[in-house]
Amino acid sequence: MTDFITLMKHELLITVIIFLLLFVKIGKGMKNENLLTLIQVLLLLNAIAGFFFNESGSLFADMFYTSPLVAFQKNVLNIGVYLISLLFGDWLKKTPHLPEFFILLLSALLGMFLLISSGNLLIFYLALELATIPVAAMANFDLAKKRSSEGAMKMILSSAFSSGILLFGISLIYGATGTISFGELVNQINGSPLQVLAFVFFFSAFAFKLSIVPFHFWTADVYEGSPIATTSFLSVISKGAVAFIFITALYRVFGGLYEIWYWMLAVLAVLTMLTGNLFALRQQNIKRFLAFSSIAQVGFILVAISGNYTAGTSSVVYFVLIYIFSNLAAFGVAAVIAEKTGKENIDDYKGLYKTNPFLSWVLALGLFSLAGIPPTAGFFGKLFLLTAGAEKGNFWLIIIAGLNMVISLYYYLKVVRAIFMDKNENPIEPIQVSASVKLGMIICALGIVFTGLAGKLFDYIQSLIA
Amino acid sequence: MNLLLLIATPLLTALAVLFCRNQEQVKWTALVGALAQLVLSVVLLLLYNQERAAGNTMQMLFEESYALFNNPPINFHFGVDGLSVAMILLTSFVLVAGILVSWNIEKMTKEFYFLLILLALGAYGFFISLDLFILFFFLEVSVIPKYLLIGIWGSGRKEYSANKLALMLMGGSALILVGILLLYFNAGHSFDITELSQVTLGNRLQHIIFPLLFLGFGVFTALFPLHTWVPDGHSSAPTAGSMFLAGISMKLGGYGCLRVATYLLPEGAKQYADIIIVLSAIAILYGAFATMMQKDLKYINAYSSVSHVGFSLLGIGMLTQTAINGAMMQMVSHGVMTALFFAVIGMIYDRTHTRQVNEMGGLMKGMPFAMTVFFIVGLCSLGLPGLSGFVAEMTVFMGSWQNADTFHRVATIAACMSIVVTAVYILRAIGKVAMGPVVNQDHIAAGDVKWNEKFAAIILLAGILAIGIAPQWLNKLLSPTAEIIMNRINGH
Repeated sequence: MTDFITLMKHELLITVIIFLLLFVKIGKGMKNENLLTLIQVLLLLNAIAGFFFNESGSLFADMFYTSPLVAFQKNVLNIGVYLISLLFGDWLKKTPHLPEFFILLLSALLGMFLLISSGNLLIFYLALELATIPVAAMANFDLAKKRSSEGAMKMILSSAFSSGILLFGISLIYGATGTISFGELVNQINGSPLQVLAFVFFFSAFAFKLSIVPFHFWTADVYEGSPIATTSFLSVISKGAVAFIFITALYRVFGGLYEIWYWMLAVLAVLTMLTGNLFALRQQNIKRFLAFSSIAQVGFILVAISGNYTAGTSSVVYFVLIYIFSNLAAFGVAAVIAEKTGKENIDDYKGLYKTNPFLSWVLALGLFSLAGIPPTAGFFGKLFLLTAGAEKGNFWLIIIAGLNMVISLYYYLKVVRAIFMDKNENPIEPIQVSASVKLGMIICALGIVFTGLAGKLFDYIQSLIA
Repeated sequence: MNLLLLIATPLLTALAVLFCRNQEQVKWTALVGALAQLVLSVVLLLLYNQERAAGNTMQMLFEESYALFNNPPINFHFGVDGLSVAMILLTSFVLVAGILVSWNIEKMTKEFYFLLILLALGAYGFFISLDLFILFFFLEVSVIPKYLLIGIWGSGRKEYSANKLALMLMGGSALILVGILLLYFNAGHSFDITELSQVTLGNRLQHIIFPLLFLGFGVFTALFPLHTWVPDGHSSAPTAGSMFLAGISMKLGGYGCLRVATYLLPEGAKQYADIIIVLSAIAILYGAFATMMQKDLKYINAYSSVSHVGFSLLGIGMLTQTAINGAMMQMVSHGVMTALFFAVIGMIYDRTHTRQVNEMGGLMKGMPFAMTVFFIVGLCSLGLPGLSGFVAEMTVFMGSWQNADTFHRVATIAACMSIVVTAVYILRAIGKVAMGPVVNQDHIAAGDVKWNEKFAAIILLAGILAIGIAPQWLNKLLSPTAEIIMNRINGH
């Protein structure tokens, strides 16, 4: 029993919060503002509690396993969720269904935790569904907006489709190997054509979740239509979680097919970076812009994964942590501006620096970090991704990635130029940023500045893998 | 001396600037910080010479190392040799002068000085780093301040220029990054320059890595045909920005070409030396002739920078000790000279509000001090003995001539010819602007330069004269580095 509690600590904490929120919903006695503060405090405590008493072990006949590394990955996601609750406070306060939003969000998070911890294809599938379906409901949360429903519809249809493919893949895997447990699968993989076919289906489900080209078509529309809180959850937390389990699945389960998926990864990485970047160049809407930029970022993650397990995992965990700070900083500013003025276009940001220097610097820091420019943490994150990718000696991939960094700099600078350089007759008026949002932004900014220079953190992540 | 001071001082200055309340405070804080850095770098020079005089023959002095990451091993490994000391000195001179000439900047003063000091911070860090990763880090640190300085405070097609500069420099960085990673994985998983210099890579690898690194750093130092950001960037930047771009930033590339590409990959350098010579000879001549066609003072100096920096690259390509020595001297000398040149152009522009040579004339009557400085710096640019340009270029030519075969001789002679062209465009510009009939009476009425501009001009002039009249101190500083690089090339 104590095993159960310590090993499943992360999941249990989230479940407790979900139940608390359910009771609050029934009780109906709370104002939105107080409730939001309560949720923020709970999530903060939850994030802190995640760092203690992390052991390795498995439960339920190896269906669920955890280790300090897995716990750290969950902690990273916890931090991201806490930041989301801070940054999008202005919008959250106004939504009439605040408890539901967080119940859905935390259910999805619970799904992701189980996903990272899964040791069996069955629980893997269940967790993936749990991590997806609530998000589709969250995408529909701007009830007044048509686009929101459209985004949700697209998301639910395409994720149903990808689930179908995944299930098909899983059944083929079972047919080819006779087992669904990860531990036994490793020994059964021998590269027979049926296994390869099954693997390709399995792979494409990941590709859909990570919006790897050519499975990315849903991304931009869903991102644009959804409320920004949902968009940021999708692009940061959900991607991070899937990236974590993706590496584990590739190396720990399908390691025997390395020769096959290495080339798939390399080619898809190039396609993903290029497509994300080239489409991001032309975007006017800041949400679509960030959507395509996040597609490009996934391309870089794929580069790292193609290297080897140790370097790939450490650099991806490190990068996702940095990515949470950077991307949430950008989304946070976009959310504040959209909430107060309704403006979402990059052209509207012209002259922002004159009126809102604080927001401008936060956004600029976030974008510089996404572009990988020092001294921001994004520089170290990107470089370690590329270093990990170079482990196998495939330097052409690194050259392409390097050139993609140049392309991406072009469009990130387009926003920076609009903020700092372009003149505007009627810029966005000075915006009062509420205290909790400001706190979130400051945490993001500090994270962007110091995560890279705190080298011990990266060493710590590496020590978890060994 | 603890080299961290060279990073801490600008960092503290930059932070202090951020917390200032009004313009006056900002300016004085920045100036005091810059002067402190100047003092530091002079002290560094003295201590360095003292150590050397005491017989310390270590290649790098004042070495320190602070671990940043364990795996991959990345350390803040600092240390200086003569070349670094000279470049640090140059940076601090240009920073003080840059702050002084921007004294009257009205628009976003605080941000301007913050970025300017950040730029200097990047340069200091770059020059003292002995770890390739950290070196790369500091190289990149300086890209965004440049972009913002040009884009916000610039003139003309500033957004276009800023974008072009940032993207081209990032492109160069991408090449450098791949080169560094290749080095790292093939030379025993190390980023440390001192360790890497003990490793001799196979010829084939060197032939692959060298061009990546050299081209990458070449973008920074305007290697033909990757120089196209220079004219636009220099001419659009605000005065202090141009001073920094031409005076320091281009030297980062030259320093990298020497310290990283040539020093670590001698076989690669030998393999591609001829190509470097051809490209730099083209740059020298093309730059000179292109300058002839320019009518805008800033474009004149920008293109002439391409030509002058070509001498540095030519010296590197020649692969003789004297030539490499000359290349380093040219880096220092051109840094001071071009910074002063841009400073004077800024002074003229502030008063005449034009940079077109045709719209000016007889300015000597109105601003004798500025014009005198303009004269001197012009003469330095065309290589008059007694000024820094002559010493550096002469050394490059002497070193080049030591290669006795036809190819090297032809290249040397071709490069020498550019001096004639330089004389034509410099004298023409000075003649038109300073002498001749007065074109616009308003220009004369605008008055001469103020104390801050005088001060800026004087410290840079002092640099030019110190190198021109008594080059021995600089030579003593640089020649050990040249010798070490040559030893590496000759395989000792």
